[in-house]
Amino acid sequence: MKFLDYAPAPESQALLNLKSDYGHFINGDFTAGRGTPFQTINPATEQPIAMIATANEADVDAAVSAARHAYDGVWSRLSGSDRGKYLFRIARLVQERARELAVAETLDNGKPIKETRDVDIPLVAAWFFYYAGWADKLDHAGVGPNPASLGVAAQVIPWNFPLMMLAWKIAPALAAGNTVVLKPAETTSLTALLFAEILQQADLPAGVVNIITGDGSTGQALVNHPGVNKVAFTGSTSVGRSIARSVAGTGKVLSLELGGKGANIVFDDAPIDQAVEGIVRGIFFNQGQVCCAGSRLIVQESIHDDVIDRLKRRMQTLRLGDPLDKNTDIGAINSAEQLARIRELSDLGQREGAERWSADCVIPENGFWFAPTIFTNVSTSHRIARDEIFGPVLSVLTFRTPAEAIAKANNTPYGLSAGIWSDKGSRILAVADRLRAGVIWANTFNQFDPSSPFGGYKESGYGREGGRHGLAAYLKPAVRSGSRSIAAADPVTTPVTKKSASAKKAAK
Amino acid sequence: MTSSPLATYQPDQRALALIGGEATDANLRRYLHGIPGIDAVGLEARAADLGTRSIKTSSKRWAIDTIIGLIDLTTLEGADTPGKVRSLVAKALVPDPGDPGCPRVAAVCVYGDMVGAAVTALGSLHAAGATEGVNVAAVATAFPSGRAALAIKLADVRDAVTAGADEIDMVIDRGAFLAGRFGQVYDEIVAVKEACRRADGSLAHLKVILETGELNTYDNVRRASWLAILAGGDFIKTSTGKVAPAATLPVTLSMLEVVRDWHRLTGVRIGVKPAGGIRTSKDAIKYLVTVAETVGEEWLTPHLFRFGASSLLNDVLLQRQKMTTGHYSGPDYVTID
Repeated sequence: MKFLDYAPAPESQALLNLKSDYGHFINGDFTAGRGTPFQTINPATEQPIAMIATANEADVDAAVSAARHAYDGVWSRLSGSDRGKYLFRIARLVQERARELAVAETLDNGKPIKETRDVDIPLVAAWFFYYAGWADKLDHAGVGPNPASLGVAAQVIPWNFPLMMLAWKIAPALAAGNTVVLKPAETTSLTALLFAEILQQADLPAGVVNIITGDGSTGQALVNHPGVNKVAFTGSTSVGRSIARSVAGTGKVLSLELGGKGANIVFDDAPIDQAVEGIVRGIFFNQGQVCCAGSRLIVQESIHDDVIDRLKRRMQTLRLGDPLDKNTDIGAINSAEQLARIRELSDLGQREGAERWSADCVIPENGFWFAPTIFTNVSTSHRIARDEIFGPVLSVLTFRTPAEAIAKANNTPYGLSAGIWSDKGSRILAVADRLRAGVIWANTFNQFDPSSPFGGYKESGYGREGGRHGLAAYLKPAVRSGSRSIAAADPVTTPVTKKSASAKKAAK
Repeated sequence: MTSSPLATYQPDQRALALIGGEATDANLRRYLHGIPGIDAVGLEARAADLGTRSIKTSSKRWAIDTIIGLIDLTTLEGADTPGKVRSLVAKALVPDPGDPGCPRVAAVCVYGDMVGAAVTALGSLHAAGATEGVNVAAVATAFPSGRAALAIKLADVRDAVTAGADEIDMVIDRGAFLAGRFGQVYDEIVAVKEACRRADGSLAHLKVILETGELNTYDNVRRASWLAILAGGDFIKTSTGKVAPAATLPVTLSMLEVVRDWHRLTGVRIGVKPAGGIRTSKDAIKYLVTVAETVGEEWLTPHLFRFGASSLLNDVLLQRQKMTTGHYSGPDYVTID
C-alpha cells in the first residue's frame, strides 16, 4: 500500500442535531420568515442540509424593533461587568459545543474540518473571551471617560468564515453595550442559527442579538433601516461601496472590511522552507477564500526558481477532498457562483499569457472544487495580478530591489494585508513602514488574534476590528445632556462626514 | 587547523567542490552560513501541523508494523552486561512471543564492548548489513560526550567494527562545532568513516549524532546536518539520548529538510534517525507522517530511517495487539527486555 494514501478519517456527524427548517431568531425566539425560504446545501456534495427562511422588510423591521427595545429596556442599562458575564458564558458554551459547531461549519461552508476545528471555532471562543474582558473597562478603550454605546448595530457578514465573522461583529458590539441585528451570508446561515441556540442557552436577554437570514436584498433592507445606528459590513468592495453610498448622510456609523490582493514579499535571505509554508498558508488556507489572502507572491528574482520548485513540491502534498476528513487540507469552494468566478479569472490569466500550474488532485465528481493553482510569469498589468480572485490561485511576480518590492506590493487599489519574509529584522521593519496595508505579517501569514486590530486601507475598507480599536468602532465619547450627535471616535474608524466633523467641533 | 593524522584521510571530492575549496574553517563557515536560515516559529508550526494527521485503520496497521521494523532497540547503560544484551537481542528477534507474524526490529544498539555479546546472541540471525535478520549498531567515539583524543575515538570505532558492528553511531565534537572549528568536525567525521572500513574493504554504516539538544538552535542543527552529510555520514541522528531535549519533531523535520535538499542537489539519499524521547506509537506515527510528507515515503525503510528507542517498542506492541484483538491489554502482556 501507499502510506500517503491515508485511510479515510472522517469526523463523525453524530452529535449534530439539525432541524429541517430554520426561521429567524428575533426577540429571543425562532420565528418563521415571511419571505420565500431557500435551501442551504453542502458545497462538497451539493446535497441539501436544511431550509432557511428569508426575511422581508417586515421581518427586518421586527428584528430592528426588538433590538431597539432590548437596547432601551435592558442592555444599555446593564453594568459592564454584567454584560461581560453574558459574554463569558457565550464563550464557554462555544467551547463546549466546539465539535458540533466545527462539523456544522464544515458541512455548510465546505472548508476542511481541521480548519474549523483548529482555527475558526477556537477563534470564535477567543473573540468572546477577549471582549468579555473589555465590557467593564470601556473607560480605557481610547474614546475618553464614560464612553457611550451607539445603539442598534446592523451587521452583515460574508460566507468565508461564517461563525468567526459573526464573533468579530457581535462580541465587540455587545461588550460596548450595543444590541445587534445580524444577517449571515445566504450560503452559510447554518452556524449563526446554531449560535442563536447558544444565546438561548446563555439566557441572553431577548432582543439583544437578533439573527435574520436571506439574500442581498435582506441585507440591503437591514442596513437601510432608519432604526439602525451602526452598520458593519464585511464582504465585497462593490457591495461595500453601495452600502457606503446608501448610509452617507444618515448619521449611521459605518465600518467596512472589504476585498484585498495581499502581497507576500519573499526576500532572498528568507527562511526558505518556512516561507514556502507561509505562501501555502497565505493562499490555500480556506481555499484562498480569504479577504487578506496572500494572493500575490512577490519574490526576489534571484531565488524565484528555487522557491517555485519548492512550492510545487509542497503543493503536491496538499490533500483535496472530503472536508469532513481530518486529513483534508483543501476543501470545497463555497458555491457554484464563486467557482465560476475563480474559473473565469484563471482562464483569463492563461489567455493573458501567464503560465498556469496546478497540483495533481483527484477532483470529486459532485460539489464545487478547484485544485490549488499558481501562475508564474505574471506581470503587474495582468487581471490576475489586480483583481481579487477569492480562490486557491496564486499570482507570482518578481522584484530586484526592496524599493521595487514595495512599489509592486502597493500597486493595487486594495490595502488589506501583506507579508514580509526575511531573516533581517531591520529590513522587515523598514519595508513594513512603507507598505500601505492594514495588517502586515513578518515571517508568517494569516495569523489572527482578538487583541490585534484588523482592517484595510483604500478599497479594502475602513474601520478596525479586533483589539481596543475594534471596540472603539462601537463606542462614542460621553454624550453631554441635550446633545444627540454621534462623534467620530477615531479618524480611522469613522469616515469624516459633514455631520461627524461638526459633531467633533461641538465636542470640543 | 588540520592536525596530522586527519590529513591522511581523503574527503569526498564532490563535497569539496560544493564547499568551493579545502574543508577549512573559513570555507566551511562561508558555505554553512550561506544556507537559508530557519524561522523557529514557522518550523514548529509546520511540525505541529504534520502532527495532526489522523492515521486510522489500514494506515495505522501498516504504520505500526513499519515502526517496529525501523527501531534500533537500544541499551546504553553503565550497568549493561552480556546477559542484558542477550535479553535485548531476544526481544529484537521476537518482539511479541504471542504473535509469530510480528516483524523484527532493524538493529540492536549497544556500547562498543557489548558488540561481541550481541553478535554471539544473534548467531545466524545477524543480518550483517543485509535485510534478513537484525543488525548490530555500536555507539563509539567517546560516546556520549565525544570528549577524547582523536586516536582514542578512532580506536573505539575500529574495535567495534572488528567485533562485528554493522553500524557505527558516532558523536560529533559539539565543542569544536560551537567554537566555529567546522574543519575539525568535518575532518573527524571523515576519519571516523575511514575507521569504519573492514578488512575486506567494505564500510560499516556511519550514523552521525549531532546532539541537537546541545546545539540549541535550529540554524545550528541545519548547519551541523549539512556538515555531517558533506563529510560522508550515511545517516544523521539527533541525539545520544543522554541530553535533554533529545529528539523532537521540529528538529527531525529540519534534518529531513536537509536530507531532501541534499537529494535534490546530488541524487543521494541520506538516512535520518531521531533518538531519545520517542516513547509512544502515537508519537512515532507523527514521525512517519513527517518523513513521508517531507522527503517521501520511500524513506520509510531501515536503510533511510530509524528510531533510536528502548521503551517505544512495547507501546507499539500494545497498539498492535489492540488492533489484532480489538481490546487493550496491559504492560504484563508484553515482555521486558
